[in-house]
Amino acid sequence: MSITLTVNGRSHTIDVDPSTPLLYVLSDDLALRGPKFGCGLGQCGACTVLARGRAIRSCVTPVSAMSGADITTLEGLGTVERPHPIQQAFIDEQAAQCGFCLNGIILTAKAFLDQQPNASEAEIQRALSGVLCRCFAHTRMLRAINRYAGHPVPSRAGDAGSATGDGEPASLWTGGVK
Amino acid sequence: MTVDAHNALAAAGLSRRDFLKTSGALIVSFTTVAALDRAGLAQGPFDTHASHVDPSQLDSWLAIAADGTVTAYTGKCDLGQGMLTAQTQLVAEELSVPLSRVKLIQCDTAVCPDQGTTSGSQSTPTNFNQRNLAQAAATAREALLRLASTHLGVPPDRLTAADGAIRVDGDESRRVTYGELVAGKKLNLPLDPQAKRKPAREWTILGKPVPRVDMASMATGEFEFVHNIRVPGMLHGAVVRPPSVGATLVNVDESSVRHMPGVIEVVIRKNFVGVVAAKPWQAVKAAAALKATWSPGPAIPAQSGIYDHLRHQPSRDAFVVHSSDVDATLAKAASIVKATYQHPYQMHGSMGTSCAVADVKDGKATIWSPTQSAYPTRSGVAMLLGVQPDDVRVIFVRGAGCYGINGADTVSYDAALLSHAVGKPVRVQLSRKDEMAWENYGFAYTIDQRAGVDAAGSIIVWDYEAWFASRGGRPGYDTPGNVITGLLAGFEPAAFKPATAAEPAGEFRNGSNAAPSYVAGRIAKAAGGAGTIASERVLTHTVLSPFFTGPLRSPSRLQNTFAHECFFDEIAAHVRVDPVAYRLRHLSSERLKAAVTAAAKAANWDARPSPKPNRPRSGAATGRGMSCVAYEGVNGYIAMVAEVAVDQDTGRITAKRLVVAQDCGPVSNPDGMRNQIEGGALQGLSRALGEEVTWDDQKVTSIDWRTYHSLPLGFDVPIVESVLIDRADVQATGAGETAITIVAAAIGNAVFDATGARLRQVPFTTERVKSALAARDAPG
Repeated sequence: MSITLTVNGRSHTIDVDPSTPLLYVLSDDLALRGPKFGCGLGQCGACTVLARGRAIRSCVTPVSAMSGADITTLEGLGTVERPHPIQQAFIDEQAAQCGFCLNGIILTAKAFLDQQPNASEAEIQRALSGVLCRCFAHTRMLRAINRYAGHPVPSRAGDAGSATGDGEPASLWTGGVK
Repeated sequence: MTVDAHNALAAAGLSRRDFLKTSGALIVSFTTVAALDRAGLAQGPFDTHASHVDPSQLDSWLAIAADGTVTAYTGKCDLGQGMLTAQTQLVAEELSVPLSRVKLIQCDTAVCPDQGTTSGSQSTPTNFNQRNLAQAAATAREALLRLASTHLGVPPDRLTAADGAIRVDGDESRRVTYGELVAGKKLNLPLDPQAKRKPAREWTILGKPVPRVDMASMATGEFEFVHNIRVPGMLHGAVVRPPSVGATLVNVDESSVRHMPGVIEVVIRKNFVGVVAAKPWQAVKAAAALKATWSPGPAIPAQSGIYDHLRHQPSRDAFVVHSSDVDATLAKAASIVKATYQHPYQMHGSMGTSCAVADVKDGKATIWSPTQSAYPTRSGVAMLLGVQPDDVRVIFVRGAGCYGINGADTVSYDAALLSHAVGKPVRVQLSRKDEMAWENYGFAYTIDQRAGVDAAGSIIVWDYEAWFASRGGRPGYDTPGNVITGLLAGFEPAAFKPATAAEPAGEFRNGSNAAPSYVAGRIAKAAGGAGTIASERVLTHTVLSPFFTGPLRSPSRLQNTFAHECFFDEIAAHVRVDPVAYRLRHLSSERLKAAVTAAAKAANWDARPSPKPNRPRSGAATGRGMSCVAYEGVNGYIAMVAEVAVDQDTGRITAKRLVVAQDCGPVSNPDGMRNQIEGGALQGLSRALGEEVTWDDQKVTSIDWRTYHSLPLGFDVPIVESVLIDRADVQATGAGETAITIVAAAIGNAVFDATGARLRQVPFTTERVKSALAARDAPG
């Protein structure tokens, strides 16, 4: 089946099994490096892309559902030479270790802040309750996102920032009742 | 060198070494070149084999091009811990060239020396102290000074090397660049163990918070992970693992997938099953549809009784230390404290499932692999394919963060087997279930502790006995059966032989922190421990695990330290002494004492015995706990204060603040070290609060992020503060595994301080917290 997608402003027509998850098309047919296969189950966020103004999990989204959609991947935000401000915030905070999760963290945060630019730190943290980083660069990542959102963050030379959540996120275990 | 660059070289029919050979040699003679201490090049505890890249030769480590670019070759890779940046800093510093002019090639067996495995917090000690990469750069710098001396006609002591050039002191106009001196030719010199290193006080590039050289490309999606490797003509593979542990293959109905679009081959090798297809989704669908019949393996011991099970198996026993007076000292102690601690199997659970690309044809293989063990993987692949190691090239390309041995080695084997079967390049990426159900887990432990205290409240005897489950592990150079693919393909894991414990002899080693920091560590007359307790027995029993195990970040050190640091806290509470003061009383290591003092000071430690007086018996309670460790006895000193809140009604623990003080000798990159401390602290928190491998009577059941609990970005992230104790006058030690080692004990001790309830089993689930609270409240 032939499907047309617009990815980072460029139109692509691909002949593909319509049940193929969007992620496979992006990373294999279009050779994009931003979206990544983390779990294939929509649980970790590594495959996130932006479409129709939302962050979606491309590993569980059939490509057929995205026909005609305008998709933005991490590469579509900015480049090494001209990073997007949220990418710059991550660079400034040195907010990663292996970097595999960065795609999901950055795009999930950006989509949320696009919708709610005045979100509090607690609201930002809740919005990130469904994304993982197994190197646990959490403190730096939250600092980067808060910096991008315009919240004051402590200087990086010293201590890590703190954030508190006041609700129970629905999507993943957060140390609560089990 | 990027993969593209490798391909370009290969396309030209040239390896780097060929290139250097054909560039002619620069002959330099010295009046005295110290004899190379070959034995001295051994990689600490990590065995390496001789390879075609001779580590005794300078050209194996460095090449200087005519434009002054320095290419350095290392056998230690960046898994996300920042070694790419730190090693680039190291070369730039020792060679006096700008950071931007150094290109580091990591773990490509065609061109890099064999430095074994990147593991055990050994990369910094190996490459930053008196060996290898640092010594190569220092040797090159001295050689360049001598060359410049001849070139400029000025004695070396009147020359200064800076910014990739050598100039005459007091005459800025007289200078020569490295590029001009070497011009892409070989240096043709042995590594000089006497070459003078730059003292830390003269550092201008090392010791600075240099930003990660890969950060911008990672943040913008341009960074190339192994998952992004694409080779012309590449196909896609998927594996079909057994349905249960130990199951064996009876039959495969290939016709069940032959009709499916894109399917090229069904590959069977003993119990190894995989499919190859044109597209990745076709391979995934075919693997799911393939009809295979399996004969179930033997039943697995029930999870509910695993710790008791470990105590009743044949075991391989070892004394780490054993003074003959333990029973007598216990008999005369004023009081005895006893406790048992349990630590579960935990997993690496890498963020991305493991992936590799193999190109096997005409008896030669190239593997693009995220392995931490490039040369050992080369040997393992050679065994699987029945070729010689020299016919295999392993090129390290970073995968998702690895903390020991995730699926990186096994997926490299998968790709090799599938490519071998079809004679074309094959890319394999595991499914989440295949990653989690079959990786080499961190060891499950059960630990008995017993200590005797004298009338003055000091510990006079420490008696430790542990049982832990082990099977397989790193494949090394000759045991591919230590990981699942090798086993399925017909190779046995390392043999398990029960043995009784021999009396300890030789130099004291703390046995992956089986010995607590508080014992003297006396073998014969020499005491090698970090503490003062002279009556000491440390006995370990290794038993065969039903699952594969391997080195998960801080292997054994973490489990042992959880038991030691909680138990020490129990003894301090028993004698009603402040836990920090009590630690300082029993430690002899000045460096560990300094770390404890620094952490306590930074945390504004509330000095008093635990538990906290006037604490509430229900609702919210808060407390603070301390833990510390001399990592492997001598490889890093760290202490942590944890502040927690406990909801005594729900059993939920919230860490509010973690304050860490760490001494790892001279710090190569302070920001990189803070990043390691912060990540280690929070990874340790996740492991302490929720991570546990689960199984039923046949198979592992923790197979995704709903069934294995990793704290997401949205949890109540504590403040993490780090104090770096920077020492310029000692050797560098490891820093990748220190912080994670002490988290569970710091949290458990803080929970005790807050509530008076003692947690002795990881993870500290809400149910276990509630049972500990119930035990506290039980009459008697």
